[in-house]
Amino acid sequence: MTFVIELVIATVLVVSGFFGLVGSYGLIKLRDSMQRLHAPTKATTLGVGGALIASMLYHLLLKEAVSFHEFMITLFLLLTAPITANFIAKAYMLKHVKLSELPPTGCDTGWAGYEDPLSREE
Amino acid sequence: MLRKFLPHPLLTLTITAVWIMLVHKVTLGNLLLGAFLGIVLPVMTAPYWPDRPQKTRPLKLAAYVALVFWDIVVANIVVAGIILFKRNEDIKSAWINVPLDLTNAEAITLLAGTITMTPGTVSAMLAADGRSILVHCLHTDDPVAIRDEIKTRYEARLMEIFP
Repeated sequence: MTFVIELVIATVLVVSGFFGLVGSYGLIKLRDSMQRLHAPTKATTLGVGGALIASMLYHLLLKEAVSFHEFMITLFLLLTAPITANFIAKAYMLKHVKLSELPPTGCDTGWAGYEDPLSREE
Repeated sequence: MLRKFLPHPLLTLTITAVWIMLVHKVTLGNLLLGAFLGIVLPVMTAPYWPDRPQKTRPLKLAAYVALVFWDIVVANIVVAGIILFKRNEDIKSAWINVPLDLTNAEAITLLAGTITMTPGTVSAMLAADGRSILVHCLHTDDPVAIRDEIKTRYEARLMEIFP
């Protein structure tokens, strides 16, 4: 039985390692920062998630102790990853993306990062 | 009176539980410290969420979380496939403007987070009045389909969760 459990844990670890590798490779391979942003926000989530699942299974089935730390890491990762991505995207856009490259907002105001609030009040 | 010291009872419970899980040992001291943080933090941060939604639907929210978790797994495989098997010249990235029907700030935050974590899209910017969200798509042949999918799959569900 122990062998089967170890096999499952090892499989999860290998899969997560694969996705982590692909995510990092994407950082080198893709062309601009907006594209590169896709690699770490997604491919790596499954990489980290897989390692955490493996760790949880290991503690639960082989050590017979419940471990909540992995659960916490998953929670914090899901909370912080989109916000970090959004910060990086905004910083990149303001420096390298012209307003003319973006689609129109379709509402009364422009995109938040490009809109100058002072110019609107006049 | 109670409202003043416990503006957000659920948040108080969550912070206490998270604290206990972080220190990983249930002792009276940890419980007291967790409860202290759980009471102090919501009181201190209350000015930052003036119009927080008063009622949500927990069951629908749980179903939504499950759906998003599944989509994250799918998104990982899709993006890994694009990175590994598409030549750089074949990757067609696009900016997509998604008009929003959601008006609640918390709901829009949740939608933006979902967009970033799921299939090939990253939420980049809001319109200045919050009526539109700008999404960057890694690879698509049909931007309109992506926009419709975000609206029907995620936004429609969030509209039900935050009525």
